[in-house]
Amino acid sequence: MSEDTTFHHGNAPETAPIVQMKNIEKHFGNIIALAGVSFDVRPGECHCLLGDNGAGKSTFIKTMSGVHKPTKGEILFEGTPMDFSNPRDAMEAGIATVFQDLAMIPLMSVTRNFFMGREPTKGNGLARRFDIETANEVCVSEMRKMGINLRGPDQAVGTLSGGERQTVAIARAVYFGAKVLILDEPTSALGVRQTSNVLATIDRVRKQGIGVVFISHNVRHALAVGDRFTVLNRGKTLGTARRGEISPEELQDLMAGGQEMAQLEGSLGGTV
Amino acid sequence: MTDTSQSAADERLKAEPFFSRLMKRPELGAIAGVILVIIFFSITADSTMFSLSGVINFMTPASQLGILAIGAALLMIGGEFDLSIGSMVAFAGLFFGVCVVTWQLPLIVAIPMTLIFAVSVGAVSGNLVIRSGLPSFIVTLAFLFILRGLSLVGLKAATGGSTQLRGVREAVEGDWLAPFFSGDAFTGLFASLAKMGLIENFKNGTPKVPGIPVEILWFIAIALTATYVLLRLPFGNWIFASGGDRNAASNSGVPVNKVKVSLFMLTACCAALVAIITVIDAGSTDARRGFQKEFEAIIAAVVGGCLLTGGYGSAIGAFFGAIIFGMVVIGLTYTDFDQDWFQVFLGGMLLIAVLFNNAIRKRVTGER
Repeated sequence: MSEDTTFHHGNAPETAPIVQMKNIEKHFGNIIALAGVSFDVRPGECHCLLGDNGAGKSTFIKTMSGVHKPTKGEILFEGTPMDFSNPRDAMEAGIATVFQDLAMIPLMSVTRNFFMGREPTKGNGLARRFDIETANEVCVSEMRKMGINLRGPDQAVGTLSGGERQTVAIARAVYFGAKVLILDEPTSALGVRQTSNVLATIDRVRKQGIGVVFISHNVRHALAVGDRFTVLNRGKTLGTARRGEISPEELQDLMAGGQEMAQLEGSLGGTV
Repeated sequence: MTDTSQSAADERLKAEPFFSRLMKRPELGAIAGVILVIIFFSITADSTMFSLSGVINFMTPASQLGILAIGAALLMIGGEFDLSIGSMVAFAGLFFGVCVVTWQLPLIVAIPMTLIFAVSVGAVSGNLVIRSGLPSFIVTLAFLFILRGLSLVGLKAATGGSTQLRGVREAVEGDWLAPFFSGDAFTGLFASLAKMGLIENFKNGTPKVPGIPVEILWFIAIALTATYVLLRLPFGNWIFASGGDRNAASNSGVPVNKVKVSLFMLTACCAALVAIITVIDAGSTDARRGFQKEFEAIIAAVVGGCLLTGGYGSAIGAFFGAIIFGMVVIGLTYTDFDQDWFQVFLGGMLLIAVLFNNAIRKRVTGER
């Protein structure tokens, strides 16, 4: 962890972390995107990764989900060192990422999106085919578990609201056996009502024992659902705090790098 | 799962009428088009157009185009174009002609060689598109000219200066594989139907239509297979996904590049099949074979409901698109209209289809 002292480090973990990232560094040419980031996520918790634009959040989660290889540092998955060479490896190990663009295709039906790339089949040899009936059933029931009643499994994703699409993406990751679910700014483009739906979904997922990594630059959304909070600034972690140990103002300051924000806030009257 | 009926009822949802559900099918436009064209010709054209021989008459060019159009449709759903299909017909025709006439190979060798040859050219252009990241429009436009030029040069080299290679019919005569690629099927059935007076006869008792031309059977078989692949195989889902959003698809584990290259290979294969059928049928091959077929195939695919941006469309739509095309090109000869209206019609139809597709897409995605 860094030398910052405003954070109280968490007590000894009750459960072993699923994923542990130790002193991750990532360089792109002469740019140091990550300069020693440590982070872990345990089953059944929601660990928020906060940071302003350019703090290195995206690089960090891409390292976690196998898109980038860390230049230095170690990734432990359930205690054993892992070396993901591509997102597929990470996915198979149980690290699922819901990117901002959601990996959803508006023109395709919810079912076809849900099973995209992992279609259930029946029959053998030449008769092996996409088991659309099973796919439809699973899709409708999984969506209902998440609190969304589809008009029908053939409803196009384009007709869903932003929050509903987010939920489809989350439900898909959970159904395919995610142990860790990384959500990249899931609430950034959503309205108030849809945001609370997504936060409720995160809570549901957490209760199933899945570790959730919630990336956000919105302190309110993070505080609403998070168990632990880690702040990333200029490629470094500023520390990790447990729920109740830190105030929204402190988090906000840390994200912005402290001083500048204090000055800004004076003129904005504490509204940010 | 037990409360389906209860929980599925959302007070904000109106029951969707059958008509609007129908409107969401991509092939609807093409089927409506077929009906319109049939109405148009049943008013204006000679009644023989819709007799058995008339139908066979327009189904033959429709099939030759349709085999190309279905390949083009799958590729368009996969998010790419191939403008070199027409030139590929000429190029594969040349290769096939050389195999059969110059090298005297039997069809069992010549046909697979031609298909493999065309598929490898398709793999080259597909890989170029995928690896360079250039729009397929530009890369395949280059191939349109390269392949057409190579066909000309190759024909001259093979024949010693002529742009036509003759003698295919003599070379394949008696080959046991030839009936699968040329002539008519079910001739026995048609002869007995004629004897019973169920279909039109010539005065000497032989049927006016000796059988179903094999290309029509190929056309139907390919349309059915393509539809099955699209709707019932994981690969079909990958085609829609690759065309809909390649990033989203590859993030979800769809092998987008493989899907796209294999679709380029498929269109090349369709072009080679059309080349084989038409070359055997004509008995010769020439450099103008397949001229402008790429545009007609794309028009048929668009009329069949494919979006130019990919990710949406159907093989059955392209099937009907090709039939519309065949009905118009042949149908005009049954009317008093000048045949050259055909091109005007083709352009108009394309325009209407694109406008229609756009409206449909907005409906499907719920855009307002």
